[in-house]
Amino acid sequence: MQHRTLKTAFAALVAASALVLAACTPATDGTTPGTTADASGAPGTGGTAIGFITVGPKDDYGYNQAVIEASVIVGEAFPDMQILTAENIPEDDSAVATMEQMIDRGAKIIFATSYGHLDAAQKVAAAHPDVVVVQQGNAIAGEPGANIGTYFGTVYEPMYLAGIAAGAATETNVLGYVYAFPIPQTIANINAFIRGAQSVNPEATVVTVSTSSWCDPAAQREAANSLLSQGADVLTQHQDCTKTVIDAAEAAGVYTVGYHADASELAPAGWLTGAVWDWGPLYVDIVENITVGDFTGGPFNANYRVGYKTGTNPFVLAGYGPSVSAETIALIAEQQAWLGSDEGSPFLGPVLAQDGSEAVADGVIPSYDELDGMNYFVAGVIGNLAN
Amino acid sequence: MSILIDVATGGVRGGTSILYAGVGETVSERSGVINLGTEGSMLGGALAAYVLAAETGNPWLGVLGGAIAGAVLSSVHGVLVVRRGANQFASGLAVLFLALGLTSLFGAAYVGRTITSFQNYAIPILSDIPVLGPILFNHDPLVYLSYVVVPVVWYVLFRTRVGLLIRTAGERSEALTVHGFKVKNVRMLAVTVGGLFAGIGGAHLSIAYTNSWFENMIAGRGFIAVALVIFASWSPLRVFAGAYLFGAALALGPALQARGFGINQFALHVIPFVLTLVVLAVLGRRTISAAPAELKRVFENAPPDP
Repeated sequence: MQHRTLKTAFAALVAASALVLAACTPATDGTTPGTTADASGAPGTGGTAIGFITVGPKDDYGYNQAVIEASVIVGEAFPDMQILTAENIPEDDSAVATMEQMIDRGAKIIFATSYGHLDAAQKVAAAHPDVVVVQQGNAIAGEPGANIGTYFGTVYEPMYLAGIAAGAATETNVLGYVYAFPIPQTIANINAFIRGAQSVNPEATVVTVSTSSWCDPAAQREAANSLLSQGADVLTQHQDCTKTVIDAAEAAGVYTVGYHADASELAPAGWLTGAVWDWGPLYVDIVENITVGDFTGGPFNANYRVGYKTGTNPFVLAGYGPSVSAETIALIAEQQAWLGSDEGSPFLGPVLAQDGSEAVADGVIPSYDELDGMNYFVAGVIGNLAN
Repeated sequence: MSILIDVATGGVRGGTSILYAGVGETVSERSGVINLGTEGSMLGGALAAYVLAAETGNPWLGVLGGAIAGAVLSSVHGVLVVRRGANQFASGLAVLFLALGLTSLFGAAYVGRTITSFQNYAIPILSDIPVLGPILFNHDPLVYLSYVVVPVVWYVLFRTRVGLLIRTAGERSEALTVHGFKVKNVRMLAVTVGGLFAGIGGAHLSIAYTNSWFENMIAGRGFIAVALVIFASWSPLRVFAGAYLFGAALALGPALQARGFGINQFALHVIPFVLTLVVLAVLGRRTISAAPAELKRVFENAPPDP
């Protein structure tokens, strides 16, 4: 009896694991086989394929879907290259195995697109000096090897612009921000958002509520409810799954600023705009740079951070909702041009921190690198950072 | 004052999914079967409800689908444990992983879909009562349904013949055998009904509370429900209090943060779990002594063998 019990339990576990695995098995998907480009010998040249690995599913309406969509654009720009994609690749050595398989299939360029894929990317780059691996979002400590680099955009720039739309829209002067964890990227987003809002509406404040999760819809809903009960009439967020907060805002008849994806169809009345992904142009730039043999020592052979000032920011502003006035749209266009100029920044000093102390001196523009480590809220933010 | 009302209202709203699952788990455990797959039944219920609400435009059909999905998943646990004598803990977890895999596979297509969801409906007159009105009587229909269903479950368990059979299966299963009843059938029924309620709890999360479907969206609430049954000493009425207490603990963090209180977010977010530990520590052996006798054998690592 005891034996049978154990065996049955074990069989059940195996069956369940098999199902779970089947649901998560990386699907390597190939399209349009191409011909070999000329081999100049530089890392990343001479391949017949380009590989993309993502940590999540290709249809999450967020981070991973944006990668897969951009890989299609790369395929269109380089019709001779086969595009290999693999989704649901964990952030461990199985990522190494997946990348090795791609190399076996002719890939000399690999995009490892999750923050936690960096270790695997470094292992693969070290083992294959002829292959270039670029990693999305993380940063390499010290000098990167000749065939590896990281890249990312500056999402707080479009969040600053979205803040302008929010500041113009609010009547209660209370904006609500649902976020997951106080990481520098989120903090910079929140700060840029309120500075954008205050640039048109000095009375605006932003109330922050954290959920301690990248995707817990019930916690998001409770956070949204608590913000609404404090009079917030524009809600925005930094979450991986964004639908719940947008739905809560629309149901309450308030405005919403989106994140990751254009969700205007979820909020036909309240949608203002949002910061969304468009990796295509940057990926094409990177592949172009690699295939002509310019990677080593070039801009992408580093921790490359791109913003409106330096090139093709993969974060762009989504389309506007019906309530955004032509005047506001024109102002945002003007401000975007200003952010791209040498004089512009969401954090052009003077910037006061939440406690009133001076965080950035008058006239100073912090660099992208400095803002990568932002660890304080600015004036106008209600909420506190865990110490 | 407003913060108390907000937290209490959030407690009812956020506690309802846990309430349904907890009441279902009470029925199951009363028959002597613990179901760690409750989280999986909630997941299945949340997805099935969302799919049906999206496809038919009728959230009540969604609730029906959620209940069925939850019941089907828990009956898998029932077959393994009751019919095949499998280890209850292993089987429950296996069902959870099964549900996780199946729902992420079939749910992917529904992540961005919009649905006709339940709306809040303020009950006339009752919702105007100061304090209690907004806390209890300005909610979605599934919250109101729970006000009726939970006392009914209590009544069935403690005042009817079916309830007596279920409780006897959990206390002295040989007594059932003596009287010619099949213990396994009674337990299958209890486990399946338990999953049915967990499915409705999942449906509340997806089509009444958040109006969203996402992979793994139950986020541990099913396990809170299982812990809650112990906390409530296997009484459906005490599950009410427990579920709302957990709901309120979950609502406290956002309510304080939105008012700008300078409290560490990580400290706020462990409150529900610290609460669980404190309650278990305080009640300690007293709760376990209230456990159905056949369930104690499970805790003592010997599966009941009818």
